[in-house]
Amino acid sequence: MSQLKDAILATTANGDKAFVPYIMAGDGGLEKLQSTISKLQELGVTAIEVGIPFTDPVADGPTIERAGERALANGTTLRKVIETLAGFASEIKVPLVAMTYLNPILAYGVEQFAQDASAAGIRGVIIPDMPLEEKDIIHPALQEANIALIQLVSLTSTPERVERLTKASEGFIYAVTVNGITGARSSFANELEEHFAKIQDYTDTPVLAGFGISSPDHVKSFGAFCSGVIVGSKIVDSLANDDWATIEELVLASKVATVR
Amino acid sequence: MTTTVKGRFGRFGGQFVPETLMTALQELEEAYDQYKNDEEFQNELKYYLKNYVGRETPLYFAERLTDYCGGAKIYLKREDLNHTGAHKINNALGQALLAKRMGKKKIVAETGAGQHGVATATACALLNLECIVYMGAEDVKRQALNVFRMELLGTKVVAVEKGSATLKDAVNEALRHWVTNIDDTHYILGSALGPHPFPTIVRDFQRVIGDETRAQILNLENRLPDAVVACVGGGSNAIGMFYPFVEDQDVALFGVEAAGKGVATGLHAAAIQGGQTGVLHGAFMYLLQDENGFVQEAHSISAGLDYPGVGPEHCHLHESGRAKFDTVTDDEALEGVKLLCRTEGILPALESAHAIYYASKLAKTMSPDEILVICLSGRGDKDVHTISEALGGNLS
Repeated sequence: MSQLKDAILATTANGDKAFVPYIMAGDGGLEKLQSTISKLQELGVTAIEVGIPFTDPVADGPTIERAGERALANGTTLRKVIETLAGFASEIKVPLVAMTYLNPILAYGVEQFAQDASAAGIRGVIIPDMPLEEKDIIHPALQEANIALIQLVSLTSTPERVERLTKASEGFIYAVTVNGITGARSSFANELEEHFAKIQDYTDTPVLAGFGISSPDHVKSFGAFCSGVIVGSKIVDSLANDDWATIEELVLASKVATVR
Repeated sequence: MTTTVKGRFGRFGGQFVPETLMTALQELEEAYDQYKNDEEFQNELKYYLKNYVGRETPLYFAERLTDYCGGAKIYLKREDLNHTGAHKINNALGQALLAKRMGKKKIVAETGAGQHGVATATACALLNLECIVYMGAEDVKRQALNVFRMELLGTKVVAVEKGSATLKDAVNEALRHWVTNIDDTHYILGSALGPHPFPTIVRDFQRVIGDETRAQILNLENRLPDAVVACVGGGSNAIGMFYPFVEDQDVALFGVEAAGKGVATGLHAAAIQGGQTGVLHGAFMYLLQDENGFVQEAHSISAGLDYPGVGPEHCHLHESGRAKFDTVTDDEALEGVKLLCRTEGILPALESAHAIYYASKLAKTMSPDEILVICLSGRGDKDVHTISEALGGNLS
């Protein structure tokens, strides 16, 4: 069973919504990673998406791209992130999801990556430049290590693709809320609710919304029609400014008392 | 569940892109499959290639270069004589016509040397399409003339300051732009790169180079050439030249990568000779990268070859042994420029000069009854500042 899926289902069973913050590993130095994860756990997040910096992050908007550049300037690599996580693995209480472009995994070695990542507390992987059609390059190794391979479903995915992606996704389904790259936005298309309902029809795997979610109101409104949210750019910005009050408000918005 | 792997050349290629692009790639593939055999579309393309681009381009016997080298008989395929000065217009026009048929009103493109940008801006002006071109800030500096040309043609040029501020970063931004404007925009990728179906589409629109060459040499010499030489950055002129000869096992194919300051220095753009396999911009290919899988900057005096990857079909031609890939340095390319200027009165693009230099050495090893064809992919007017600077002059 997927620990990731279980963690999300346990959250929603309480009536809460899953809250998954995205952090850029190495932004501010890898030595910050342990305290950041520990504080996020204390705030009651469901899982943590750990971004791995890459030289050519084509799916990322300016906020995450800049965080990635800062992390690269600090010498952050996939190998160093995994080593750092492994150093405090016993203190990691929530499932970690690595978000990395494919090439660093290929350079690491697919099998070795799966083993090391698993030992470091990574329970899911999101690879934004690897669509379902190409998954065989890594999926067997991830299965062996019990790491969920999460699929993104976009607004442009045809109904036939939505069905295939949804059924293939492990851990959760990452439903992209906008056409485009990551980053905060103020408006979303109206047809989103229907889109999410269609996705959820195909599966009992939880659906989380991501891309552009940046306020407690967004957290609540998306939470109303899916199992939870992923918040990236806003968290990355807040961490860079050491603004934990904003992060706390976002997490709180996912809790039962505040969801209407 | 079965997954289908599309657009492979051997183990290279594929579709390594964000999910948001998958539907657009599928639409493009379907549209292309429909129109590639559509007589009306092909006639329209032929009409413009003949009357607007100026095809067919000559296959010219370079007699003085031949005498100078003292070996094989050398022919030049004169892609430099195309409208806009290089082979890039073949593909830009083809894709712009395709975009129009697909109902797309806007075009996004990347450019390195600016030749593809100019070609795309030209095709968009001709066909009344709105055009935006991303170009690395370094290249904007190196190729100011082409930036001005694009702007004159009504295209918006956006300088990309990120990363190495060259072609790879321009591709990143063009891909981001496409992801964000997928509904009304077509991406005219300029080289035989990127996710399927781009490498195939670009090859098919460029194969006119090799198709014409094949017919011309048969007409002139009543036989096929012994060797064909082309420069390879992403590889569009080379694949266009090579493809119609791939089944002709007696025709040796030579791809020339840019060795920059020398492959051993690390400052080069030779993905096949000096890289490892990896994934960038949608394709599995040879790639300049470090041990962490981070993509490294390419280095070449020629902006058009300054890319860390190489088209997947070339990777396969290399691995299968059908084509041989070798390198030429910046300094050698400059020798190639001078050589062609002085023997034939033709100023080649710095990209093409890599092929000229390599072919001049290769020709010496061949006998006078053998035939060598060089793809002269573009003219060098755009490069005079760079060439002047490299040769110690001061034009600016």
